[in-house]
Amino acid sequence: AGHGGCSVPAEGTGPPAPERVLFPPTFSVSEIKNKQRRHFMFLRWKQQQRKEKLALKKKRRKEREALGDKAPPKAIPKTIENQRVYDETTVDPNDEEVAFDEATDEFAPYFNRQTVPKILITTSDRPRGRTVRFCEQLATVIPNAHVYYRRGLALKRIIPQCIARDFTDLIVINEDRKIPNGLVLSHLPDGPTAHFRMSSVRLRKEIKRKGKEPTEHVPEVILNNFTTRLGHSIGRMFAALFPHDPQFIGRQVATFHNQRDYIFFRFHRYIFKSEKKVGIQELGPRFTLKLRSLQKGTFDSKFGEYEWIHKRREMDTSRRKFHL
Amino acid sequence: SSQVVWSMLGNRQFCSYKMTTKTQNFCRNEYNLTGLCNRSSCPLANSQYATVREEKGRCYLYMKTIERAAFPRRLWERVLLSKNYEKALEEIDENLIYWPRFIRHKCKQRFTKITQYLIRIRKLTLKRQRKLVPLRRKIERRENRREEKALIAAQLDNAIEKELLERLKQDTYGDIYNFPIHAFDKALQQQDAESESESDAEREEEDDDEDVDKREFVEAEDSELSDFEDMDKLETSSEEEQEEEEEVEKKASHSKSKGKTPLKGPARRKRPYIEIEYEEETEPGTKTKAA
Repeated sequence: AGHGGCSVPAEGTGPPAPERVLFPPTFSVSEIKNKQRRHFMFLRWKQQQRKEKLALKKKRRKEREALGDKAPPKAIPKTIENQRVYDETTVDPNDEEVAFDEATDEFAPYFNRQTVPKILITTSDRPRGRTVRFCEQLATVIPNAHVYYRRGLALKRIIPQCIARDFTDLIVINEDRKIPNGLVLSHLPDGPTAHFRMSSVRLRKEIKRKGKEPTEHVPEVILNNFTTRLGHSIGRMFAALFPHDPQFIGRQVATFHNQRDYIFFRFHRYIFKSEKKVGIQELGPRFTLKLRSLQKGTFDSKFGEYEWIHKRREMDTSRRKFHL
Repeated sequence: SSQVVWSMLGNRQFCSYKMTTKTQNFCRNEYNLTGLCNRSSCPLANSQYATVREEKGRCYLYMKTIERAAFPRRLWERVLLSKNYEKALEEIDENLIYWPRFIRHKCKQRFTKITQYLIRIRKLTLKRQRKLVPLRRKIERRENRREEKALIAAQLDNAIEKELLERLKQDTYGDIYNFPIHAFDKALQQQDAESESESDAEREEEDDDEDVDKREFVEAEDSELSDFEDMDKLETSSEEEQEEEEEVEKKASHSKSKGKTPLKGPARRKRPYIEIEYEEETEPGTKTKAA
């Protein structure tokens, strides 16, 4: 037999394992040909590993307690966010160049409060029920939003009409196999166009909560974790969807949280129970977005000037590198 | 011999071009004029036959005659038809002159149908084309997995709550929520340490305007003139608010209404402090004193 040198019984569920199983140094569990025995040996080996690990932990904890104050600080566990490859386009809050750029880019009129956002939401051709309902719910979440059916119209023809009617933003929800799976967000008077891949869309009735519908109050906006230059511009795009002055009476908040290049959208109602505690209740639809491309002008897939495209081969090589 | 061919293929034996369905028989032969499997439309069973077919948007008239029956390579004669619809019909007529009526008629019908669908193709290509992009399974799976992990790492609820509390601390909500905040309390305690406790007592006794209060401050610490000036300049400086907060409610308010109407000013107090609201400086009417 392959395991002639070890001191364990040969049969499957034999007597319980001894405290310290002695394996000869050249022995490997995977060399046993018999599956049952191999499985048993592997379990035994696993248990032993676990025991050793536990013993190590206990020892370390004892040492730590013994040292008391002089103990070295606890090691910080490595997370992907910790190990993230430093992106050179990370925005420094005090950067003047960025501030200057932002004062003169397409969103400046919004941030200077010269324009009030007016959104047009539409879909791709022949939307199915889920998409239609999602559009309606999105329209309740975003104030001053109108849903229009797309009856085979070309976007390039819609856009001048929208500009003529004073719309500031255009949202097109692309549908595939009866679920929405893409989002094109275009800032209208000649603004940038962002194309996202949308996933895990949950309509209001699928969210486990017992709240009411979102009211007409203007919600607050939270934008989390948009650190790089690209993330900054996307964040501003999202912020430009909502009117500038939130109505705090409404106690509603729309959150765009960026984590590892995925943007999670949530819509909550909050209530302050005390100065250290706040309760939130989720209303409204939720979805996640992943940026696919950012284009300089309005939607023009052929001749547009692309600021950023997600190139899988080049950009997905490292697990610790994120672009937003 | 076409008779023989038909009696063999069409009726009894096997024809590989024939497709039978419940109601009808179809002929899959590419030279077939009507598409059905009939005695008159079978290209194999008719020695004199003609069809119209289109290639790359141009229509051709194909003709087959008995004389060439022995030469399969040269069997079908091809004539390019003009792009003009009427002219092409005339061309069909003059090429198929003296041919059976059935074939002539069916050729013209077929030609009409073909031109109609060519027109439609040209119209459709002008409109938007839907581009089908294939999904790559591995990449889809990978992205879904990463999204789940990112969701777990994001801890959205905590992040949102933290952000909201931050905003509360930085006073973006203004006066809607009247929570005394510990940071303010600490700073206030600092202030108390600077001023003496008698000023507190004095504040308790008096229920005068702000001016009087300010005056009290000045009386208590002469060296704190700078502070007083600062307070004067800034309407809602944090120090004033600290005072207000402290006097409004020390403990967290349990009676925060759940409805939409904010609780302006406390309904009850735990300690007999004077509540002075600093909203408008010349407004003396909003003070109350608990006995």
